Formats: sequence, structure tokens, C-alpha cells
Amino acid sequence: MYGKRLRALSIATAISIVTAFSLAFFYAPEDADQGFVQKIFYLHVPMAIVALCGFVFGGICAIAHLRTGDRRWDIRSYVAIHMALILGIGVLLTGSIWARAAWGHWWVWDEPTLVSFLIIFLLYACYQPLRFSIEDPEKQARYASVFAITCGAFVPLNFIAVRLAQAYTHPRVLGSTGNLPGPMRLTFLVSLLAMTLLYVTLWKYEMTAKNVHAQLRSLRRKLAPDEALTPGRRSAAPSLPSR
Amino acid sequence: MRRATAAVLRKELRLELRTPQSVPAMALFSITTFVVFHFALQRSDISGDLASGVLWVTLLLGAMLGIARLFVADREEGGFDGFLLAPVDRTSLFVAKATALLAYLIAVQIVAVPAFVLLLLGPSPSNVGALIGLLALADLGIAIVGTLVGALAIQSRARDLLVPLIALPLLIPVLICAAKGTTPLLTDGGAHAVAARWPLTIALYDLVFGLVAYAVFDYLLED
Repeated sequence: MYGKRLRALSIATAISIVTAFSLAFFYAPEDADQGFVQKIFYLHVPMAIVALCGFVFGGICAIAHLRTGDRRWDIRSYVAIHMALILGIGVLLTGSIWARAAWGHWWVWDEPTLVSFLIIFLLYACYQPLRFSIEDPEKQARYASVFAITCGAFVPLNFIAVRLAQAYTHPRVLGSTGNLPGPMRLTFLVSLLAMTLLYVTLWKYEMTAKNVHAQLRSLRRKLAPDEALTPGRRSAAPSLPSR
Repeated sequence: MRRATAAVLRKELRLELRTPQSVPAMALFSITTFVVFHFALQRSDISGDLASGVLWVTLLLGAMLGIARLFVADREEGGFDGFLLAPVDRTSLFVAKATALLAYLIAVQIVAVPAFVLLLLGPSPSNVGALIGLLALADLGIAIVGTLVGALAIQSRARDLLVPLIALPLLIPVLICAAKGTTPLLTDGGAHAVAARWPLTIALYDLVFGLVAYAVFDYLLED
């Protein structure tokens, strides 16, 4: 049921990513101040926005899990946070590269958005250790949801606090889409769309994999009911109960 | 709910008074950390933002000890089971635990902050009222988040590892605002006014996490 439309979605993602990169390289004008380096903006910023939305989405799924008690919501929340974490590594790497190229240092503390992102990343890095160290699956799901909700609420607050802490900020290169010249704004929006599609596709892929895994396990059990199922490698990832 | 909260709180405080564990450990840890900072920074007195940073790092790390111990007795001696059997609102356990943690933090700071002033601080703090206000607001935030994280980590096998790993990033906004707010109070040449946005941001943090904890704490107790 998760596999539906996966092919169409994958094709759309591939096309939009190729379009976004071609626009970024051939259509968008070079930044007068930073030159070619500024092109990483079209990768870094959409990735950061999508990763943060992914964390919040994980929190929303966790609320649904606690309200309904349905384990599928927990898995959705887990996959959302898992994918956002992977994008988060990309955000920190591209941000670091950009900082090096623009300001000459691999890490700058007076760029509030990047610092907030690092704090959030460090916090969510504890999500999987927390899951891993609780054995009872039902309890694990519940505790992970509480964690996801708490951290989801933390994401906006953290941004406020870190931004306040900067006495002065670097002149914002491109603060919001409002002050972007037309071609740049178009490229940025297409990049954002491409990154969102990439996130959704990856999310669907992992959900489908988990679903297929559960179906396969229940089929195996039907074929050889007496045979003790070999317990797999212990993992922090939740799995669907096999029917 | 008020009676249940009062009962649990009385139990907590009586336990701590009869066999003092958390508070002496936290206080001793704080003073030891000041000594460590003295040698690590190679200064005999500090002031301004450095003093504010040393104070808040020490208090925050000391709080981690208390947070990690907060639910240990309930887990090991069956306190959770006893509480769940009683026909009372589960939020009362959260309120009681957070109040107990707040009391521990205040008790520790009554010892640790004067010790800091004696041992490390160069200029004498002039605006004591503002310092106490900031400490109280930050303690409230630490108590709320600490209780939530303590309850979250208690069921896991790696709770001693997880408590600081989860609580420290969650408390960074409090640390930022508290350290920024305290800096002018510990600066040479008399106290400057504290910008209103620091206490206000901590108050907003306390409010948001108070509501979040109120909403989710029940789910940490179901069994």
C-alpha cells in the first residue's frame, strides 16, 4: 500500500532535482558579492528548511501516535526523524563549506541559523540511542513519541533564543525570499520543491521497505510456523507487527 | 490533585532529609567545579562574561546529577507502581517531582553561589535582587525540563548516559539567556541594567515547556 505511486514520485523527484541544479548553475545570476560560492545556497537552505520541517513532522506524527495508540504513526515519526537527521548531516556539511568559502572559517559562531541547527542536530542525535536502550517495543514507541514531541516544541524556541543571543548578525546574504531578485527566487523555490520531493520520496521508500519487511515476515511464519524465527540484528528502528 | 501533589512532595523531601543524597552531591560537585575552573583557567578571580559562563556551566552540570537521581528510587523500589495504584491524577507526580527538583536546585545554589562569589568572583555583585530573579526563572526551566528528561530516560538501560545528552541541548536556550542576563551583574564597575528580553525569554521557555510537559508526562507513566 505504501508502494503505490512510488515510481511516479521517484521520477518527479529526479526531474525536479535535475531542473533545480540546472537552474542554479545556468539560469540564476551569480551573486555580486560572493560569486560562484553563493550557489551552495540553493542546496544548503532548502535542505535546512526541509530537515527542520521533517523534525516537526516527526513530532506531529508522534502526537498522532500518542492520541491513537496506533503503532504505524510511531513508525512514520521514526522515519521522518531518521530522514531529517540524514539531511541534517548534509546541512551541517554544506553550511561549513559555505562558511569556509565566504568567511574563511570552517565554523562561525555568529551565524545564528547554523548554530541553532547544530543544537537541534545534537538533540535529535539522541533519538536513536534512546530508542535503542528501551527494550519493550510498546514502551519504546511511547517514550520515543514523548521525545519527538518535546523536541518538536524545542525547535522554534531554540531559534528565538539563539537569534536573540547575537548582538549583531552577519549581514544576511539572503535573509528571506522577499529580497531575492526574480531569477534567484525562482531557482530557490524550485530547489525547495526538489528537496521536499526528495524527502517525501525517501520517506516513502523507507516506509515501503518496513511494510514489505513485515509482510515477508508474516508470510514466512505462515510457511514455516514451527521453525523458530531467527531474531535479527538488534536495531533502534521500530518494525510493524507482522500479521 | 493538590493533596496528592503535597503528599508526593512531602515524601520526596522527607527522603532527601533523612538520607541526603542529591543536594550534598550537587553542592560538593559545584564547589569542586569552581576549584577546577580556577586551575583550568589559571585565574584567581574572574568577572563579566567569563564569570557568568563559569557560574552557569557549573550550575547546569550540577543540576544534571540531581536530574539523573530524581526517579531512581521510584524505579528501583517500586515507587511508580505504588503511585499508579493510587487513584490520583498522574500530573501530580510531575508537579511534585518538579517542585522537589526546584527545591534541590535552590538549596544547592544557596551554597554554591556564595561559594562562587568567595572563591572566584572579582567584583562583588551589586544587584543581588536581579541575580536571584534570573536564578529563580532559570531554575524553574531546569526543574521542568529536568523532570521530563529524568522520567524519559529512567526506563532505558543507558539512563546515566542519556540524561545529560538530552537535557543539555534542551537547556541551551536557558543557558544562553541566563548567561547573557547575568553578565552585566558580574561586571567590574557596578551593575548595569539587565536587558528585559533575557528574563522574558526564559519565562517564555518555562511556559512552553511547562505546557509540553503537562501534556506528555502522563504517557511516561502508563504500564
